[in-house]
Amino acid sequence: MGYGVSKLRFRNWKNKAFYIFVCVMSGITMFPLFFIIWELIKKGYKQFNYSFFTEVAPTSMDAMLAKMSDSVIPGGVLNGITGSLLILGMAIVFAIPVGILAGIYLSEKKESRFAGIIRFLTDLVQGIPSIVVGIIAYAWVVKPMHGYSALAGSVALAIMMLPLVIRSTEETLNMLPVSLKEAGLALGASYTNVILKILLPSAFGGLFTGILLAVSRIMGETAPLMLTALGAAAVNWDWSKPTSSLPLLIWEFYNDPNLIDLIWSSSLLLLLLILTLNLIAKQVANKWKIQ
Amino acid sequence: MRLLELNRVCVSYTPGKNAVNNVSAAIGENTITAIMGPSGCGKSTLLRAINRMHELYPNVETTGEILLKGKNVLRMNPMEVRRRAGMVFQRPNPFPTMSIYENVLAGYKLNGIRLGKNEREEIVETSLRNVALWDEVKDTMNKKGSFLSGGQQQRLCIARALALKPELLLMDEPTSALDPISTNRIEELLLELKEQFTIVIVTHNMAQAARISDYSMFMYLGDLVEYDTTKQMFTKPGDKRTEEYLSGVFG
Ligand SMILES: Nc1ncnc2c1ncn2[C@@H]1O[C@H](COP(=O)(O)OP(=O)(O)O)[C@@H](O)[C@H]1O
Ligand SMILES: [Mg+2]
Repeated sequence: MGYGVSKLRFRNWKNKAFYIFVCVMSGITMFPLFFIIWELIKKGYKQFNYSFFTEVAPTSMDAMLAKMSDSVIPGGVLNGITGSLLILGMAIVFAIPVGILAGIYLSEKKESRFAGIIRFLTDLVQGIPSIVVGIIAYAWVVKPMHGYSALAGSVALAIMMLPLVIRSTEETLNMLPVSLKEAGLALGASYTNVILKILLPSAFGGLFTGILLAVSRIMGETAPLMLTALGAAAVNWDWSKPTSSLPLLIWEFYNDPNLIDLIWSSSLLLLLLILTLNLIAKQVANKWKIQ
Repeated sequence: MRLLELNRVCVSYTPGKNAVNNVSAAIGENTITAIMGPSGCGKSTLLRAINRMHELYPNVETTGEILLKGKNVLRMNPMEVRRRAGMVFQRPNPFPTMSIYENVLAGYKLNGIRLGKNEREEIVETSLRNVALWDEVKDTMNKKGSFLSGGQQQRLCIARALALKPELLLMDEPTSALDPISTNRIEELLLELKEQFTIVIVTHNMAQAARISDYSMFMYLGDLVEYDTTKQMFTKPGDKRTEEYLSGVFG
């Protein structure tokens, strides 16, 4: 009897110890994230003012003068924000229709040989290093157009987005019950109408989440843009001209000893944007869950 | 008048192996015909051959003749066939993104048929009254159909099928996922709908067939073993297998 109780106690103790161990370990995985955010806030908050969002990046000279007089570096990252918007916007326009259509194909023709090939290629593209994607976009767009451009950057990012959009579309559509499709067809609807008016709306939440996550994944890409969009000192809305972007600015700041203090606030902004996209994606996924 | 005629209908999922084997039968207008039989005997397969649902799946082959008002549905445009022969499934499946109102009109929307506002309202009201759902939902028309109870959802699906004014209503165990009270509701409803429509209903439930159908088919291993008036079949079945099924020897 007494033996049984002590054995039970030992087991309880073991359970508890294991539980604490698990908690501590998962706490440790959070460490890097908190550490990064803390570091960025600590070093970047001073720059995080009104002009940070409304002015373009300062010249090296302006920054040096400000530093010598011990004041905050003037200017901001407006050209990066608008450039990111332009490039990402075009990448979305290119990648989403193609990605969704390919996703529909994969989910509708699951068994076909061609679907198998597309699936395999999609996985391959997802594995291509981003710098290589940049080189491809350079060869396809920059060379023929004789110049760096926002368009070239968006082509590179669209290539990186495609596999993510294709796969999330396929997976979301696969989760829809077959009965939905059958119900539509049984009403005499054409196949196209069933897809456009029933399946896609029902899958909206999943598609939207997939797109947001894909955007947040490519938002911080720098390497492919260095070979395609190049960067620009002023705000540019022309798709055929070199354009800046947030990650490109961070890279430029890093390379200029006078501007290096700006990398913290720019990184903080980029991180906040990505976190926000992820949070929205999560909300959308929860709200539009497929029953 | 014969609305539907089946002549030597065979359906196979794998070549050389018929899930429905040489079924011939004729179905008159404004009747309820029940298809009975143990599970796996080909009831759903036969029903889905009539509105050509099998064409969704490339390996399924249907042969023979299926005449709807004398015209072979296997040679018609499948979309026309499905508009003329509505279908209700085992599990209620209202469209989750559409409101109750839109669900009833889904057939029109999906077929690209434009209706005036008065016409729309009228179709929605008649269809919902037909399935005795009008009073329950007339104030919540804009809510999603998925908020309704299972029985209400199934009646909504029947209304959705009826809205297109089909000549034939095909139902595949429409009450097997419902509670007894909802089942009872739907059975009463079918008896009323018989005045306007012709109904073919697959049922696993012999009592249900006895309660509502005028004619009954008994299927076994893909064959149509017996087809007669329900009364005759339940009192004097002509085949040993029917008798055994009805007396509960297998099922
Ligand atoms: N999609 C399918 N693929 C292959 N065989 C099927 C399929 N659906 C049904 N079958 C087979 O066809 C036969 C008849 O099935 P079904 O018509 O669903 O029977 P019931 O509706 O009478 O229960 C069964 O033997 C079943 O295994
Ligand atoms: Mg069945």
